[in-house]
Amino acid sequence: MICRDVVELMTDYLEGALSPSDVERFDAHIAGCDGCRAYLEQMKATMKLTGRLGSAEPIPEPLEAELTRAFRHWRSEKDRPV
Amino acid sequence: MPVRNYPWSGVSEQLHDSELEALRAGDERAFQELVARMHAPVLRLAMGYVRDRDLAEDVVQETWLTVLKNLDRFESRSTLRTWILGIALNVARSRRRKERRLLPFSTLWRRDEAEGRGPTVDHSRFDTSGSWKEIPDSWSNVPESRMLSRETMDVVRQAVDALPASQRDVLVMRDVAGLDSEAVCAMLAISPENQRVRLHRARASVRRMLEEYLR
Repeated sequence: MICRDVVELMTDYLEGALSPSDVERFDAHIAGCDGCRAYLEQMKATMKLTGRLGSAEPIPEPLEAELTRAFRHWRSEKDRPV
Repeated sequence: MPVRNYPWSGVSEQLHDSELEALRAGDERAFQELVARMHAPVLRLAMGYVRDRDLAEDVVQETWLTVLKNLDRFESRSTLRTWILGIALNVARSRRRKERRLLPFSTLWRRDEAEGRGPTVDHSRFDTSGSWKEIPDSWSNVPESRMLSRETMDVVRQAVDALPASQRDVLVMRDVAGLDSEAVCAMLAISPENQRVRLHRARASVRRMLEEYLR
């Protein structure tokens, strides 16, 4: 395996989609290659930061208020006997 | 379908049946918590289909109204989270279709190039034998205060919003919302291989923007 190809296998590796023999070759390459190890760490850090977007987006108050009103309306309609 | 518990995802914990029951029973607090927790992935998904934040918030609103309208019919075949993101995707796509009818799309919409081809790392970074000419920086040397700063998060957000829709949908569902690949493949009707290709290209693009910013 060469670095140019290893970087394209990173996601398959992280997803567990490589064959056992490819995992072995991948691991062997990474163990001896500072560049690919750094690249793999960058990919993991990227995933981690992307995940942080999930908690870094507060809902605007007017929208939240609007949705709460909609919820109350839904609740009152739901409870009304048909 | 199980929701994979990504340690890095802020929204990954599986919704318990008791929470679904609370919603159906009319528990306002449970609803507000769910809306808050799902806001980032729903908004990011929407941002890819409409041209500004106001329209994206309209999509968020319509998504939740649709959720409420159909909540009693939800059959737990997927997790509630997956179901909600599926609704958001439909709402965002139909909103875009409406917008396209009203507006000259060439001026507004970036072309949604297919999955993309070619290497995700420029080949000029490798020598003729395929080895790194210069090895990538180690980000462990970047101070955490910089790594987690608002500016860095803005770079990530912009990088995600700039992805082609086919890649962004996968990245948002996997890495922002924390869904597993099975759920994403089912929702988008794509193969696991195709899902991995899109995910790989998306992560590599975000990485590239971060590398430039952190250099």
